[in-house]
Amino acid sequence: MIPAVEFRRLSKSFHGVQANVDISLKVKKGTIHAIIGENGAGKSTAMKMLYGTYMPDSGEIWIHGKPWGGRMKSWSSPMDAIRCGIGMVHQHFMLSAPHTALDNILLGVETSHPFFSWLPRSLRPISRDQARGKLNRIADQFGLKVDWAAKVETLSVGIQQRIEILKLLYRDAEILILDEPTAVLTPQETSELFVQLRKLCQLGKTVIIITHKLKEVMSVADHVTIFRAGKVVGEREIAETQIEELATLMVGRKVKLQAETPPPPQLGEPVLEVSDLSLQSRRGLRNVNFQVRSGEIVGISGVEGNGQAELLQILLHPRDDAASKTGWVRILGKDTARLTTEQVKALGVGVIPDDRLRDGLLLDRPVQDNFLLGLQRRKPFSRKGILSYSKLSQEVSRAIKEYDIRPPLLQAKAGGLSGGNQQKIVIAREFKYSPKFLIASQPTRGVDVGAIEFIHKKILMAREEGSGVLLISSELDEILALSDRILVMFDGKILAEFKRGEATEKALGLRMGGALS
Amino acid sequence: MRLIEKLPQVFKPIISVLVGLSLGLLVTKIAGEDPWNVLGILVRGAFGSRYDFGMTLFYTTPLIFTGLSVAFAFHSGLFNIGAEGQLAMGALALAAAGIQFPNVPAFLAPVFGILVAVLGGGIWGAIPGWLRARRGSHEVINTIMMNFIAAGLSSWVTLYLLRNPHSQNPETDSVGAHYLIRQFSFFDGAPVSMAFFLALFAVFVVWFILWKTVLGFEIRAVGQSESAARSAGIDAAKMRMIAMAISGGLAGMVGVGEIMGNAERFRVGFSPGYGFTGIAVALLARNRPFAIIASALLFGALHKGASDLDLETENVTRDLALILQALVILCVSAEGVWEVLGDRLKILSKKKWFNPAVSVEVSEDQASGLKTKV
Repeated sequence: MIPAVEFRRLSKSFHGVQANVDISLKVKKGTIHAIIGENGAGKSTAMKMLYGTYMPDSGEIWIHGKPWGGRMKSWSSPMDAIRCGIGMVHQHFMLSAPHTALDNILLGVETSHPFFSWLPRSLRPISRDQARGKLNRIADQFGLKVDWAAKVETLSVGIQQRIEILKLLYRDAEILILDEPTAVLTPQETSELFVQLRKLCQLGKTVIIITHKLKEVMSVADHVTIFRAGKVVGEREIAETQIEELATLMVGRKVKLQAETPPPPQLGEPVLEVSDLSLQSRRGLRNVNFQVRSGEIVGISGVEGNGQAELLQILLHPRDDAASKTGWVRILGKDTARLTTEQVKALGVGVIPDDRLRDGLLLDRPVQDNFLLGLQRRKPFSRKGILSYSKLSQEVSRAIKEYDIRPPLLQAKAGGLSGGNQQKIVIAREFKYSPKFLIASQPTRGVDVGAIEFIHKKILMAREEGSGVLLISSELDEILALSDRILVMFDGKILAEFKRGEATEKALGLRMGGALS
Repeated sequence: MRLIEKLPQVFKPIISVLVGLSLGLLVTKIAGEDPWNVLGILVRGAFGSRYDFGMTLFYTTPLIFTGLSVAFAFHSGLFNIGAEGQLAMGALALAAAGIQFPNVPAFLAPVFGILVAVLGGGIWGAIPGWLRARRGSHEVINTIMMNFIAAGLSSWVTLYLLRNPHSQNPETDSVGAHYLIRQFSFFDGAPVSMAFFLALFAVFVVWFILWKTVLGFEIRAVGQSESAARSAGIDAAKMRMIAMAISGGLAGMVGVGEIMGNAERFRVGFSPGYGFTGIAVALLARNRPFAIIASALLFGALHKGASDLDLETENVTRDLALILQALVILCVSAEGVWEVLGDRLKILSKKKWFNPAVSVEVSEDQASGLKTKV
């Protein structure tokens, strides 16, 4: 059978760095094909060449048995790609929040009554009825029901993703690429998505998913291609492989997928007390009460956007939003209401922010400046306001060795490092003065499997040394493996609390979706 | 293209400058002049004699200050278009102090004068800095507004409070004799004073603050990523206010060369747009303090060299300096365009990817195939 997509020895480099080397792969029509690999392994580059964003340096892409070129002649934009039957659902959805589901789907391919065909395209009135008919047919066929009239901002993330998929189907896409499709979904929404993907395949569509979650690959895909360091290092039929084998191929060495259960916590004084905390805003907090004591890890699980970001904001920047906030927060015994961020951090608080690109790093700056960020006023890095670069480079060289940061260069720009190495810089910095209270928000997001193992070990070590850790994560595996207590957050409230060993993935998942309270 | 990639960072702006100047001289060709002749006049005008070179340095001095001013604000992520107003306020403050306190001891007066100029410009810069930090109003709008206010305010103060009764011109009385700093006789009367060395010293200080101190690190961190800086405990609002105050102070020092080293008084409209040219200076220097010296010298030389064009050529005037400045800036900012251009050429040269016939055939086939299926 002719493959739906075939890569023949594709190569692509950026500024002399090889992102893809001799990539060859075949995707069978009507199957779900998973592309897995660590961050920076080149899977996104390969998909962007298929999608037309990048042009290969050499090699060929064949679609349904026909050769396909790069951006010069065949397609130069997503619109061109979709015209060729290739569509992509990005990790961050490309939807206009105040518009309705229907308008989002029509955006760019609006139809109008033939009566107006003499008008320039952009001036023709939109005829939604015609589109609605076609959409209803597609929705029935694939089992993707959406309330067309609902505004996107009122819909759940799962439904928004469905709209993204419908957008592609409406444009007659034959090949659907989904980039990390489950990153923002609850376990229930995830399994629902997988059922829908399966149905798409049965009706002849081809689905390619890019992911790093091996469990999901095992449960949904038919075939899997493994990328490592810009090359294809393996191709497997799911039926004939195991999760351990995929992990080993992906990382290039054996990895432990589950951290060992740590010994029971040595509880000490509370490091964080949150009492009756409420925040009046569009996504607020409602009567949040909890404690973190030194020597324990408290996990906050929940789908993103249920108040975690707001909680983190209040902990770290207590002076912002003072007007709309009630209740109080104590960190290491001190009421934080009047403290600046600097003072909060000076209490002995380490923070691993969820969006390290935005909140954790200076991307255009060398590794050593990023290590210094937040430590610049401490001895020995500065004296009387003058920086000491010799001390700094000593310390950073030591950190680079200890944390195995690659490339091991003080002057490498942080933005050019892989996600895992970037995160290691953040952790090396925040752990430098052994924080008494550590806030780790999505500490392993976008980080490769090898680095996940390392980061988990570091967090457990901090706990053993007597730090209190607040772990905010939407990865259930991570929450379950690390937390001594688990709080489930939904819609700005804490819905449930579990002790280690009491919680199951299913019980958590249901509460994360707000189903049980 | 390949060659350009391999050259050290320093050469890129130099090449851009050369391309920009060549394009500018091509314009004179169109206007009916001999480009080589024009180039000769420019070079002779700027460097031909001790006096000419002195005038070039005289124009270079304020451009170093304003270039530093714009660059400093830029490192904190702010675009200071208000150097023109800040330099006027610095100079006005200096003139006022020099008139009101003529009896400050001679050894103290220059230092006192410099401090007053820095304060005058600094306060004028700190106001939009404060508005941005505390009120969130955009500094571009506010600094432009402050330029108009400074122009109006300085005219009013000059005409109604400090007017020189013996002159027809809108200028103040002269400042106390203790304030005057000496000019170098080497330059045959061109008003080059110690202010030039003050500018070089300011370059060093700015470099030291930005790269060697905690303050500079924090200011640059805010400029790179406000949210990352805030998460690290840096007070971004405070840093921006400080940066704008320093930026304004740097611009204010233009007054030192003008009043203490040249005119001895505040003259309304003494600046031929130093504050705005400072933006170009900083842009060409990529906000690097030491590069600003070279960049300011280039713009100073253009300004001086072009002033002779009025006399020596028939078809071009001193406004050519503006055209040359504009073209240099265009070429400097067009570096990205060159890269894209090179990319395009590379693509075209790969015949494999340039074969429209195949793509049309496939896409039609594809489209019809899909339609029948759905």
